[in-house]
Amino acid sequence: MTHDVCGPGTFGIFKREFGENAKVWDREKVVIIPEHYIFTKDERANRNVDILREFCIEQNIKYFYDIKDLSNFRVNPDYKGVCHIALAQEGHCRPGEVLLGTDSHTCNAGAFGQFATGIGNTDAGFVLGTGKALLKVPPTLRFELDGEMPPYLLAKDLILHIIGEITVSGATYKSMEFVGSTVDSLNMEERMTLCNMVIEAGGKNGVVPPDETTFNYLEDKTTVKYEPLYSDANARFIADYKFDVSKLEPVVAKPHSPDNRALAREFKDVKIDRVYIGSCTGGKTEDFMAAARVFLASGKKVRVPTFLVPATQKVWIDIYSLPVPGSGGKTCSQIFEEAGCDTPASPNCGACLGGPRDTYARMNEPMVCVSTTNRNFPGRMGHKEGQIYLASPYTAAASALAGFVTDPREFLG
Amino acid sequence: MTMATTQAHAPVSTIRASTQRPHCPSRTHSLHFASKPSNFAKFAKTSFSFEPSKIRPITTPRATPSSSPPTTFHGQCYVLGDNIDTDQIIPAEHLTLVPSKPDEYKKLGSFSFSGLPSSLYPIPFIQPGTDSTQYAIIIAGANFGCGSSREHAPVALGAAGVRAVVAESYARIFFRNSVATGEVYPLELEQEGVNKQCTTGDIVTVDLERNVFINHTKGKEFVLKPIGDAGPVIDAGGIFAYARKTGMISSVV
Repeated sequence: MTHDVCGPGTFGIFKREFGENAKVWDREKVVIIPEHYIFTKDERANRNVDILREFCIEQNIKYFYDIKDLSNFRVNPDYKGVCHIALAQEGHCRPGEVLLGTDSHTCNAGAFGQFATGIGNTDAGFVLGTGKALLKVPPTLRFELDGEMPPYLLAKDLILHIIGEITVSGATYKSMEFVGSTVDSLNMEERMTLCNMVIEAGGKNGVVPPDETTFNYLEDKTTVKYEPLYSDANARFIADYKFDVSKLEPVVAKPHSPDNRALAREFKDVKIDRVYIGSCTGGKTEDFMAAARVFLASGKKVRVPTFLVPATQKVWIDIYSLPVPGSGGKTCSQIFEEAGCDTPASPNCGACLGGPRDTYARMNEPMVCVSTTNRNFPGRMGHKEGQIYLASPYTAAASALAGFVTDPREFLG
Repeated sequence: MTMATTQAHAPVSTIRASTQRPHCPSRTHSLHFASKPSNFAKFAKTSFSFEPSKIRPITTPRATPSSSPPTTFHGQCYVLGDNIDTDQIIPAEHLTLVPSKPDEYKKLGSFSFSGLPSSLYPIPFIQPGTDSTQYAIIIAGANFGCGSSREHAPVALGAAGVRAVVAESYARIFFRNSVATGEVYPLELEQEGVNKQCTTGDIVTVDLERNVFINHTKGKEFVLKPIGDAGPVIDAGGIFAYARKTGMISSVV
């Protein structure tokens, strides 16, 4: 898998090394997804999407989720949005397979019990030509999460808790395996959130053993046969962590590191300027449903600009069509509108990583933002002096309502 | 103190064959750079030449096809702390630049470390108005290069003129990208806290034969870890040359 930021460079290397007329090793196993810098006037960004298209036409790539009309994503039938969620929704993530992508959050797909990790352009160029990669088997850290998930906690809280525990280099070159009754109870999108951020601990990949939840999710998405793989009963792990989830509380990662963990309730004096709900980490349907539940429970309006960026077209459609339980039939979009949030934006990676200056919701001045995204290093969302608090969609919505970093228990039962 | 070198460099038109590291006598006069390591594959199909447009302090001459892998790097160092992530190395807004295009490659270099907060790093890595750095060697703390898998990170450093990074430890994707591209040599220190004993601007040497890092300004020497599994790949000239050498892919394109 590659996208508009790394695709052009990858293709350049591929042609340089295998020849101008070389063909990719398998036109059905390469998925090309423009989604990083799409809705912008930046000419180079637009050009990069054109480069993807030229390559896909020339190589007859089967899966190219193209966008041509930037003024309205809805008129582009092939366009999906954020690559990692598109891969999942289009059935490209399957148990037992190896997925490589030119993006660090490729580990997101570990939720499906596949080996999925991020690589650079040179490695990707190599894979395009050969269908192979040099990979070293990493040792595994095992995380056993047990206990009933409290109604104010989400998978984002779990992974932030874990990263805070082991630090940003705690899983360097290791695999992170997530097991336990809590993990079993999570739906696929929540499992994705868990695996998505293993890279933030330095992890090579994340794994959730496939089960009925996985197979049910895949049933209408792929007809490709897959073979689920599982850790041996006598497998050895480099470390074993056990968490009683029922005892955990909503957390945030304070500026400027994903491992700068703190209890949300202990920072309720931190005034914020905006909230961002989006990205592969926190812009899926379940994430927006979660935010909607908080707004619904409150019935009040947000006190700061609240940006909503659905990860994909499908998520956008869900926001506008799925009823939110307990709302009397309202959709997320209606609840968001009543709460005074910004209109849900065009699906793409958006301001998670800043991007070109005209990117929607980019932080162009120093401000404090609570975000459902994955990184908060200096300058991540645009401005070097910006302060980003990473949080779950519950915490983000609660913070938007209060105008301060807020524990969602202020609004949820 | 700075030495001006302007050189026109011949286009490199072939993928350099791998060689064993020879026993070259290390060069002793100051402010001299050993040739850039290994992989020139990235220039194989392009034909362009380097023409520094202004006098650059301490440049690294590009190796000609017949020269051998380096044994030493020498020059001024730039010192960083822990957890320097890829957004600080090359902010995401510059990722529209495509590294395999020569003019954009150079531009990428001009933005390296532009993401560092100036309150923590008041000395600019690249002097305003220039597009390359006078610091050929980076000294860093733990987990250097964490964050994104963007290959633009080691590429930007290499394009700017960095030859080696000497860090306490690396994030693995950055390490792997450095090895695969051959843009910078990623070296690891045995000891912790070496970056705290160095100051930006110190004159240093990285000696790959003896596996030591020498800070001449401070009069200290530190042990480097052996390069390990990455060694054969770097020595071969990057991942493509290694694959050709070991028969993973054919040599004829």
